[in-house]
Parts: sequence; C-alpha cells; structure tokens
Amino acid sequence: MIDLAPALHVNGRSNAFFRRIWKGVLIGSILQPLLYLLGVGIGVGSLVDQGDQAATLLDGASYLAFYATALVATSPMFVVGQDALWPILDGFLWSNAYRAMVTTPLRPVDVVLGTAIHWCLRGVIAAGGVATVLLLFDDTRSPGLLLATGVGVLVGLAFGLPLAAWTATRDGDASFPAILRFGIIPMFLFAGVFYPVEQLPDWLEPVAWITPLFHGVELCRGAVIGGLGLGRAVVHLAVLLAFVVGGFVAATITYGRRLHS
Amino acid sequence: MSVEPPVVASGLVKRFGDFTAVAGIDIEIPAGEAFGFLGPNGAGKTSTMRMIGCVSPVTEGELRILGRDPRHDGREIRRRMGVVPQLDQLDNELTVEENLVIYARYFDMSRAEARRKAAELLDFVQLTEKAPSKVDPLSGGQKRRVSIARSLVNDPDLLLLDEPTTGLDPQARHVLWDKLYQLKERGATQVITTHFMDEAEQLCDRLVVMDGGRIVAEGSPRGLIAEHVRREVVEVRFGYGRNEERLADLAGIGGRTEVLPDRLLIYDDDGDAALSEIHRREIVPESALVRRASLEDVFLRLTGRTLVD
Repeated sequence: MIDLAPALHVNGRSNAFFRRIWKGVLIGSILQPLLYLLGVGIGVGSLVDQGDQAATLLDGASYLAFYATALVATSPMFVVGQDALWPILDGFLWSNAYRAMVTTPLRPVDVVLGTAIHWCLRGVIAAGGVATVLLLFDDTRSPGLLLATGVGVLVGLAFGLPLAAWTATRDGDASFPAILRFGIIPMFLFAGVFYPVEQLPDWLEPVAWITPLFHGVELCRGAVIGGLGLGRAVVHLAVLLAFVVGGFVAATITYGRRLHS
Repeated sequence: MSVEPPVVASGLVKRFGDFTAVAGIDIEIPAGEAFGFLGPNGAGKTSTMRMIGCVSPVTEGELRILGRDPRHDGREIRRRMGVVPQLDQLDNELTVEENLVIYARYFDMSRAEARRKAAELLDFVQLTEKAPSKVDPLSGGQKRRVSIARSLVNDPDLLLLDEPTTGLDPQARHVLWDKLYQLKERGATQVITTHFMDEAEQLCDRLVVMDGGRIVAEGSPRGLIAEHVRREVVEVRFGYGRNEERLADLAGIGGRTEVLPDRLLIYDDDGDAALSEIHRREIVPESALVRRASLEDVFLRLTGRTLVD
C-alpha cells in the first residue's frame, strides 16, 4: 500500500514550485523568529525575569529560553498549516493537479505521502531556522536543538495532514481565513507557548492537552532546557504521532473519495 | 491468437446516489480505432470516460480495459493509458517543459528519459520554442497542445480525449485535429467525447450517440447519417415562430421535415431538387440554403432536441 517511489514523484512537483521560492522561505525562517524573540522574548522576558517569582515560575529557565524553544514547534505549524489549505485545494479545484496525477499510475495515497514528504522539508527549514537563531543565545545553545527540530517536523505533519484531509472535502476557500483566525492562532495563544498551561484556568487546561501544538511545545522545551520526564515525553510523542498517522489515514480516505468518485 | 479489444463494456452502469449517469451501455472498441461518444451535456459521456480511465468505480456491469479489470488493475491500466482532460490540468506557474517532465516521472521514467521524451513531444505539437516559458501566458490552443503532449509521455496504447477542442477557436481546433489524425495514423486507439458534430465527423471511425445515460445510436458518421436522415438538408426560414404554419405548403417535398422555432429542415438525398420544388411552388422564405446532412441532424432526429441549447 505504502510505496515510496511514486510519492517521491509527487514530491517532485512540490519541489518544482519550491525551487522558485526557496530563498525567501529560508530567509524568512531565520528572520521571523528573530523578530519574535526581539519583540516578545526580550521585551516580556525582561519583565518576567526581574519579577519576584522568576526563580520558580518557569522552573528556573529564563523567559527567553522558555518562549524561544516553543517557537521551534510553532513555526512549522504556521508554515505547513497554511500549506495544507490553499495549495491543497488548488490540486483539487483550480490547477486540478491531483486529478491529473490519478490518471497516471499514481494513487490518492501516493499524493498524500508525496505531500507529507515535502512538508518534512518545509518543517526542517521552519524549525531549523528557529533552531539556528537559538544558537545565538547562551540560554538555548544546546545539542537538544537538533532533537527539537525533529519534533518541529512532526508538529508540522500533525497539523498539515488532518487539515489536508479536511481541505480535500472543501469546494471553496471561504472558510480558510476562519481556520487560521479561530483554529491556529488560538492554539498559538493557549498551548503553552507564552506561559505554562498551568497558568490557564482549570477548565481551559485540558483544551491545551488535545491540541497537537502543546505536546510539540513541551517536547521542544524539554529537549533544549530539560526538565521533562521520559514518561511524559513518550506520552507527548505518542499524541503527536497519533495526529500524524490519523491525519494520513483520514487524508488518504478523503483524497480517494474526491479523486475516485 | 485473438487479442482482446482495448475497451469492452457490457451493461455498464454508473450511479451517484439516486442519480443514474450511465444507464447500462455496451461498447467494444477494437485496437487502432478512433471511437467517439457524442451527446449533449449530461448525457453520461464524461462518466463513461472516467470509468474507462479507471478513476471512477463501476457501479454495475462489466468493464475490461486493455485486457484487465479496472477494479483490481487500475494502476497497471493507467500506466498504458493517456488522458487529455476536459479542462487543462496544467501547472500554470511552471514551464512547459517542467509540466511534461514532472508528469513523465509519474510513470517512473528516469529524469533523462523524461527530458528526452518532453523534447520529442514538444516537437510533435510544435511548441519546442515554448519549452522554457511558463504555461500561464500560452493561448488556449497552445495549452491544449501541451495537454496532448503530456498525455503521450508514456506512449499510450489507449488515448482518452474528453472534449478535446471545447473552447478553442476554429484555427486552433484544426491544428489539434491534425495532431490527433497523425496519432491515429500511428495506430493509437482513441476514445473521444464531444458535443461537436463536425469534430466527431472529422475524428471518429465509429461513434455512439448518448442521451440520458443510454446509447441511442451507433455506427460510422456517414452510416448514421444515411440510416437516420438523408444526405442533404434544405434549411428554410419563414421568420421566428412562423415556420410551423407554412408546413402544409411544403407537403410532399423531401423525405422528411423537422420544425424548429427558427427554421424548417427538409431532408432529402437531392437538396437542390427540393429547393427547386419550393421555388416552383412560388413559396418565398426569408432565406433558404442547401447543406450536407450532419450528425447534428442525426441527433435531432433521434432525440428531438438540438445538441447545444
């Protein structure tokens, strides 16, 4: 069922598009976290780190380290999340590239896998860009950044695949801005990026647990600044993988329904 | 040893929920033939084509393509098939060459082989000089030719063309017909859907007329005309809505008469003789002309409707 060669051909099409934009993507992957860190990390950080609870609140980590490590997870979420909306619908609705693909030996599952392979590259660049910036700071310079980059790739897939499965059922892009505004941005706000989820009201805390971002953030933070037990790490990883695998299966089904009707 | 025809269907049905798109058709297309599905929009042509193309599951009936069953061997069948879709499915932001090379890779061709094939096919469709330019600024006819070139990357045994010239200007249509004719000369089996009568007459050795998901007639273009109408048609116009009242005046002229809101059609083997008789009776229509009967007339005869309404 899973066959790598045809999926790589699908990825070949994505690469042809990517070759036209890679410089901008690469620069953006460094520049954007740099701006976030200067704005939020250092600005809010000076406020938090000088507060009287600084030693206990973030388990002793500086706010910059706390916040910056989360960006390794959020950056691929934004990049792949957006890529799972318009570019995917394009394949079904505008360029009809996916319809063309399935008239060849390619199957819907190859299309999904090929897209996922491309998202691995996009995830590596997005997470790797943040990790590169984090090498500049004493608090975050760690071999764990490599591991965190891997987690970032998983976060990208954990968003991209379920979202692509849903996109494949759409007949227009009218609802896409709402997905960003009321789905992805709130996750950014409530998944423990800016402050520990324990700070949320008790009833809101479980919400963080069902988002893939929270698990990615915890893993990235653990990988770079430590303080994450193995047991919890396994749970976080398992949830992320569940989103990836579940999204892959769901997308294979919705792609199949749309392309082989 | 007898070879199975590339397309064999019996009792083929396609349903979408309560809607029956194809209501049980039987077809057999021998190797090397150019076979047409003719009919108005919604006749079931495209649904049939998608089943033959192994991208739409058969609801009922038997279908064998290139000697295999699409239910199990879709991938292997598609490997030997070329598809020109109704609407171009090209990547407008990529170059013409990239569109071909990327597509050729879907058939597991090596990069070098894909580039060689792309160059050969661009030469065939006379777009070599466009290879490095993006698809977006090309004309409709040029895009269609890119689509045709793309459908040929795997040297298909069976070529499916879904309304290949819809939306093209007459000149571009003729260029395309010429290319399709050359392909036929090379022996490729072609399945074509169209709602253009002249296209079917130009391209098809044999065709079926579909209406409401069923086949209502089958034969060669000339054979269908001979069987269902006469060789020539006299079109007379007495003014919109005033044609029927003049029918009695024309009694006895021609083989058969068809009344349309805007004109009367008189079918006869000798159109000029029929027209002379109209003149002899001193009937003076607003206009009158004699033309060869076409498949359009066959369709009108069989379904009582014009094709493009």
